[in-house]
Amino acid sequence: MHGALILYMLIALFPVFVILINSFKTRKKIFREPLALPDSESFTLIGYETVLKQGEFFSYFQNSMIVTVASLFLILLCGAMAAYALAEYQFKGNKWMALYLALGIMIPIRIGTVAILEMMVATNLVNTLWALILVYTAQGLPLAVFILSEFMQQISDELKNAARVDGLSEYQIFLTIVIPLVRPALATVAVFNMIPIWNDLWFPLILAPAEETKTLTLGSQVFIGQYVTNWNAVLAALSMAILPVLVLYMIFSKQLIRGITSGAVK
Amino acid sequence: MTALVVEGVNKYFGDVHVLKDINIEVNQGEFVVFVGPSGCGKSTLLRVIAGLEQANSGNVSIDDKLVNAVPPAKRGIAMVFQSYALYPHLNVRGNMTLALKQARLNKTVINERVAKVSQMLDLEDYLHRYPSELSGGQRQRVAIGRAIVREPKLFLFDEPLSNLDAALRINTRIEIANLHKQLSTSMIYVTHDQTEAMTLADKIVVLRDGVVEQTGTPMELYNNPANQFVAGFLGAPAMNFLPADLLSNGDTRTIGIRPEDLAINANGQLKTRVQHVEHLGGDTNLIVQLNQHQLTVRLFGQHNVEESSNVNLGFDTSRALYFDTNGARLD
Ligand SMILES: Nc1ncnc2c1ncn2[C@@H]1O[C@H](COP(=O)(O)OP(=O)(O)OP(=O)(O)O)[C@@H](O)[C@H]1O
Ligand SMILES: [Mg+2]
Repeated sequence: MHGALILYMLIALFPVFVILINSFKTRKKIFREPLALPDSESFTLIGYETVLKQGEFFSYFQNSMIVTVASLFLILLCGAMAAYALAEYQFKGNKWMALYLALGIMIPIRIGTVAILEMMVATNLVNTLWALILVYTAQGLPLAVFILSEFMQQISDELKNAARVDGLSEYQIFLTIVIPLVRPALATVAVFNMIPIWNDLWFPLILAPAEETKTLTLGSQVFIGQYVTNWNAVLAALSMAILPVLVLYMIFSKQLIRGITSGAVK
Repeated sequence: MTALVVEGVNKYFGDVHVLKDINIEVNQGEFVVFVGPSGCGKSTLLRVIAGLEQANSGNVSIDDKLVNAVPPAKRGIAMVFQSYALYPHLNVRGNMTLALKQARLNKTVINERVAKVSQMLDLEDYLHRYPSELSGGQRQRVAIGRAIVREPKLFLFDEPLSNLDAALRINTRIEIANLHKQLSTSMIYVTHDQTEAMTLADKIVVLRDGVVEQTGTPMELYNNPANQFVAGFLGAPAMNFLPADLLSNGDTRTIGIRPEDLAINANGQLKTRVQHVEHLGGDTNLIVQLNQHQLTVRLFGQHNVEESSNVNLGFDTSRALYFDTNGARLD
């Protein structure tokens, strides 16, 4: 069992490893011995230097970060509120509303790219980070609502009733009882959404290609030319792009630890 | 002053009529037990009283004030739930103080009350623990403590002992009885266990299918049940029912005899065969067969009766109860 997992990990990490080692090598060595570790002869930081100097890297980095964090925040906030309404309150059309919200899981948002672009043009949002944040939020909501409402249905009614008897308002119940109890689910949703948003090239290219709104993925494309590609720079940019995702992932995965709900009800 | 008045309460879940014209009165300081089989609407009635569920019609008054439109937290009640329903992310102190903080009580008052209640319930050493770090019995005490610190006018318990093991259940039952003596607050206690009902109650309300079957003191209900259901529900072992036809031909009534009213008697009219003998030490229960009917006989003390032997049973006819074919009591 462990053997299989270790094997899988090696296979999954191999490309990352190759990117990392090659980002520290000279261009010649990258092509001649792609799997060799950098040694004193082949070691170079030229890729990193190029990226940091030329590419307005920090601005791209910042854009990516803003878009990812803001989208995740909105997905979690709106998703949790919608999920709670669907899970907790019986109202006319509850089931239909849930189905309607879940439909988005099956329909890729890119089908609507043209319409989205038209809408962004009409609302003057083209070439703003808001354009990306709104689209990513819409993209992430269906799955978020679906997962979170499943989890919220499992919170016992008695717990919520106890809170009502204790004088908490419905909003306080949502914020102080329900949210802490579905933290693992929130973290799951965040992890699921984070990587596609961070890596996306499609929407930045179409909705926000301006220099000041470029994201990291889009920004890295400047090094990939039609005739020559600056591989040192591309690999360095990719290596640096992995870091923040890793940090975010570690923050969320800590929340994934279960067990906090045990002892609430027997 | 009456602690609680429920008048003509009806409750529907969709088309299902769960509570049917319920009328109940609880006097100040009284311990009232709602008892009935699973699914008869006990919890629903309790939730209506607490304000967690809206009745379709009828009135609820607490302390002579109509509370139909008053939210749960303002009704002066505290509730202990079947599943404890402790806040898992708050420690014991946090669980006990949440309602008080919510009511904006001042800090010294809160601390005093927590100190008093945690001493009363032996929880002083656990105030910093989380619910997941407590045993079932301790969780139960925290749930009760959380209700007591609020100093309510009326306690509502929803099967508080159903998750405890047998030994702990008896201890906690006694603790709750003591608590009632100490606090002398009115309490409503829901259970489907007739022993809990008999031992705790000043007054028992027997429910079946959303209808109040009978209300009275434990002994009134035991000695003078209004119908066959109440007679069969209260008392353990349960009352024996036989067609009166067996004793006098053509009689359509059902005769009810308590197990302790049956006795081995060589001249007895009931000729039975012993199926099984339960030696309980203090008591001996005989499970006997009379034609296709099974009867339980409760003998005090220890008796040696052979299994599969034939015994004749007699009973005092003045202590037997008679019911018509619909289960209503006849005299
Ligand atoms: N939210 C609900 N929606 C629909 N039906 C419900 C709901 N809550 C309870 N019921 C039904 O109402 C009836 C009474 O339920 P209730 O929980 O009051 O029973 P109970 O007497 O407390 O039973 P138990 O001893 O098992 O706790 C049951 O038939 C149940 O199926
Ligand atoms: Mg119940």
